[in-house]
Amino acid sequence: MLTKRIIPCLDIKDGRTVKGVNFVNLRDAGDPVELAQRYAAEGADELVFLDISASEEKRKTLAKLVRDVAQAIDIPFTVGGGINAMDDVGILLDNGADKVSINSAAVRRPVLISEVANRFGTQCVVVAIDAKQIAAEWIVHLVGGKVPTERKLFPWAQEAVARGAGELLFTSMDHDGTKQGFANTALRQLSETVTVPVIASGGAGTMQHFIDTFVEGNADAALAASVFHFKEISIPELKHELRLHKIPMR
Amino acid sequence: MSVAIIDYGAGNIQSIHFALERLGVSATLSSDPETIQSASHVIFPGVGEASSAMAKLKSTQLDTLIPELVQPVLGICLGMQLMCNSSEEGNTTGLGIFDTEAVRFTTTRNVPHMGWNEVKGNGVLFDKIPNDIHFYLVHSYYAIPNENTVGHCLYDINFAAAMAKNNFYGTQFHPEKSGAIGEQLLQNFLSL
Repeated sequence: MLTKRIIPCLDIKDGRTVKGVNFVNLRDAGDPVELAQRYAAEGADELVFLDISASEEKRKTLAKLVRDVAQAIDIPFTVGGGINAMDDVGILLDNGADKVSINSAAVRRPVLISEVANRFGTQCVVVAIDAKQIAAEWIVHLVGGKVPTERKLFPWAQEAVARGAGELLFTSMDHDGTKQGFANTALRQLSETVTVPVIASGGAGTMQHFIDTFVEGNADAALAASVFHFKEISIPELKHELRLHKIPMR
Repeated sequence: MSVAIIDYGAGNIQSIHFALERLGVSATLSSDPETIQSASHVIFPGVGEASSAMAKLKSTQLDTLIPELVQPVLGICLGMQLMCNSSEEGNTTGLGIFDTEAVRFTTTRNVPHMGWNEVKGNGVLFDKIPNDIHFYLVHSYYAIPNENTVGHCLYDINFAAAMAKNNFYGTQFHPEKSGAIGEQLLQNFLSL
């Protein structure tokens, strides 16, 4: 049976892992390659690296980091953050990334999704969507959740898939950093709207939250950062718990 | 041992290169016929779209070279699908090594089939690998099982997760991304 996936996310700034609470107040949570190896050894099913640094040099730094990670780990990983053009994608994939996650650039220029999908295949295109509920509507936000757009979550998700997204990474900004659980109602609706895998992101605090997002949210994968970085939840224990709840795990 | 990874401009070939490095094997990425022919083992990777990948093979005559290779050859993912007679993806004629075809999933479930799924394998590739163990897969097309199928996987339908015929082997899953189990499979291939 195809298993549900547990995905630690490493937010990267200037080559180090950090985690924002509601996207601000960053804390250093260690060396990315070391963390990646630890997670792979503990049974993580995939990893996501999100580069949140803004310097001009970052593309070069990120490419090197991607290469270091690819050399060190034997599970799939996705790289995102600041991908604006085909060239950015090519550099990351050439250095060993399995997938790229495109967020703001896909909203600004949706044809980028199709360009990447046509060149490299839909399997490597993850469209990341940050959204926030405003007056009962899920509104898509850009630039790490700072800038609201006119787009709504569900139609945008459908468009992204039609254009070639092979997977969606949905972060609820209302839940991110709260440790109160994932946005399961929206996640379920999303999984019923699209025919590609959906990764739940934002809100993980306890093992029960993971159970809930797989059962109630029908998520294909669940992503979390700080609960793993600060060892509040151990991946082997989490997977054991999920198995006890009949959720298929590797 | 001299391992050649066929480099024909199709997708992520660093992953398999790095996986071999972790096994202490330094492989050569190459599209040069002589280098490929003289290697002890050949790996034929591939991700992306079938017809454009096949066009790239044709433009370098690798489409005629690969079926004539006599050393162990391992096709991975799209590589394995291209070793079949045909692929529905882009109405592509394949290399005709495995007598079957690749077709698109018609399931109501998610496509691509992405993630870790159980494979029932047998034969030399699966030596020291327990049955029903999980491998990492990501694909929208699958090869219909035939007499060359040595690994089965279920995603609504039963599809060929691994193939073997003479010196030719194929895996739909990515051994280079399947943790320690994938590493064992690569080691099994390299010990052929």
